[in-house]
Amino acid sequence: MNASNRHEQQALSRAILEIDVNNHPGVMSHVVGLFSRRACNVEGILCLPVGDGRQSRIWLLVNDDLRLPQMIRQVEKLEDVTAVRRHPPEHAVFGNLEAFFRA
Amino acid sequence: MTETLTGAQLTVRLLERQGITTVAGIPGGAILPIYDALGQSTAIHHVLARHEQGAGFMAQGMARATGKPAVCLASSGPGATNLLTAIADAKLDSIPLVAITGQVPQAMIGTDAFQEVDTYGLSIPITKHNFLVSSAEELLDVIPAAFRIAASGRPGPVLVDIPKDVQTQAIEIAEWPDPGCALPVAPANAAAITEAAAMINGAARPLLYLGGGVVHSGAAAAAVALAEKAGLPTVMTLMALGAMPVDHPLSLGMLGMHGARATNLALDECDLLIAVGARFDDRATGKVAQFCRHAKIIHIDIDHAELDKIKTAHIGITADVGEALGQLLPQVAASPRTAWRERIGELQRQFPVVVDGGDDPLSHFGLIRTVAACLDDDAIIATDVGQHQMWVAQYYPLRRARQWLTSGGLGTMGFGVPAAIGAALAEPGRTVVCFTGDGSILMNIQELVTAAEENANVKIVLMNNAALGLVHQQQTLFYGERLFASQFKAMPDFVAVARGFGIQAVDLDRATNPCAALLDAIARPGPCLIHVSIDAGQKVYPMVPPGAANHEMIGH
Repeated sequence: MNASNRHEQQALSRAILEIDVNNHPGVMSHVVGLFSRRACNVEGILCLPVGDGRQSRIWLLVNDDLRLPQMIRQVEKLEDVTAVRRHPPEHAVFGNLEAFFRA
Repeated sequence: MTETLTGAQLTVRLLERQGITTVAGIPGGAILPIYDALGQSTAIHHVLARHEQGAGFMAQGMARATGKPAVCLASSGPGATNLLTAIADAKLDSIPLVAITGQVPQAMIGTDAFQEVDTYGLSIPITKHNFLVSSAEELLDVIPAAFRIAASGRPGPVLVDIPKDVQTQAIEIAEWPDPGCALPVAPANAAAITEAAAMINGAARPLLYLGGGVVHSGAAAAAVALAEKAGLPTVMTLMALGAMPVDHPLSLGMLGMHGARATNLALDECDLLIAVGARFDDRATGKVAQFCRHAKIIHIDIDHAELDKIKTAHIGITADVGEALGQLLPQVAASPRTAWRERIGELQRQFPVVVDGGDDPLSHFGLIRTVAACLDDDAIIATDVGQHQMWVAQYYPLRRARQWLTSGGLGTMGFGVPAAIGAALAEPGRTVVCFTGDGSILMNIQELVTAAEENANVKIVLMNNAALGLVHQQQTLFYGERLFASQFKAMPDFVAVARGFGIQAVDLDRATNPCAALLDAIARPGPCLIHVSIDAGQKVYPMVPPGAANHEMIGH
């Protein structure tokens, strides 16, 4: 399989979630726990505070599983989650990080 | 005017302000400041459980009987881990609970201090929400928030972990927060309701499917009103039993694994399923692809995440079910639904409910019916988990929402006795009966002494088959009769054990007139254990074999 094909394969089966959360200890555990309990691997995580730091934004790269819509609804229910947006896998957020992840 | 209070004192004051009058728990090192403050409270009665799981289930019993959030307390480490099963049980059955745990001082968190465990981390997946409180000031937000979250939307358990130094920290309070209470829910989408009404009006063979959400919403009367107006035969999940009286002409009783055969066959024939506050649990649906395979689905639930989780609904409505049913009622056409109800009557005549043992109070069926004959609808019926639970669900004439307390989702053996004690403390005017088995009762038998101490009005009916009955049944039916680890070789003398714990006990096996002895035991105030031996060969029938479709039931 050549590189572009592999990218396409990944593109077909991945989704990117943008999650606005309250910024305090434990919130990340609440969010990723909903994936791990379903044996769903989270392929990528980015998180930084936004604005005055009372909120953070979590970006997740996940497999686009049939259960994903239900998992998104569960994430939306979390007390510390204020919004969840779903993006297609070609979204730029994870795009320029390759230099930091060379084996 | 400001007052200076410690975190512990203000926690107790905030509980008082929530209107809490009874809490259950066990003290220990890391929660002693709160206990010290609690000891000074004249408004709150503390029930000293003998195991934290018992305290958790007592709080559940209070919450299930009243619908209001109830409180349990435990210390750090083993106190907190012992609570977890009761919290997980509350999560699966959507019971509003506020669990308060002591934690080691913040400076020692993460050092493997004595009785330190990551209570916050452990409780994430089994709570609706949880808090690790980092200052006394924060308690002013966290405690009301815990009650608000527990009671709002789909109810559930909330855990508040309070380090010991937060409990002892003194702060000045100028103003108290309002007590936390359930937030209002947005009304059901009017267009979707109109569409649902049209679908109901156009259906030839509709069925109403009620879940525990109907009880939580206080919507039992609204559900019955809808069923009566639109002529909707009605099935209930284990959690919804009592929402419609079982002897109501439209009631088909419980559906699913141990529902009546005619009920499951009616579901198989229906062309519209109206699911209200139900979550298509696997014990209700059987093989999901085959469940109501000819039906369109209207699904109304307060939890948006339940819609389309198991079955995709043709119309999904996120709303408080009571409010949604209120909107629906004027829009549905009155209909006797004669042909469909005659068809169901035909199924019921073809597949009648068969019971073994008749009226003999020393048989499982006769015992349940005899207990029912001693009581009216004011009584509360709690169960443990196992064959006895399913038999009571099948045979007890439940007629009132919140009459029935049972561990549905988690199926926790050991639930019954402490939950019954909690219910008796919350509703002292009612008689509480707890049906249990010899397997289940041993999982929280220590709470018999709590029942004695509190003089709780609980009548524990112990159906003793010297076996883990449902395991025995499954091994007999599906594991080639290879009975292993399901029969007890040694058997305690339960009557002596109960008396040893300080409660009255009667053995119906030895009574010259079992009916009279039962009536006498139930009528006597205070806690009592009623022991009856039953046949281990009896099965819960009919039964949908695990993995099978609901119309493929076995047994009579």
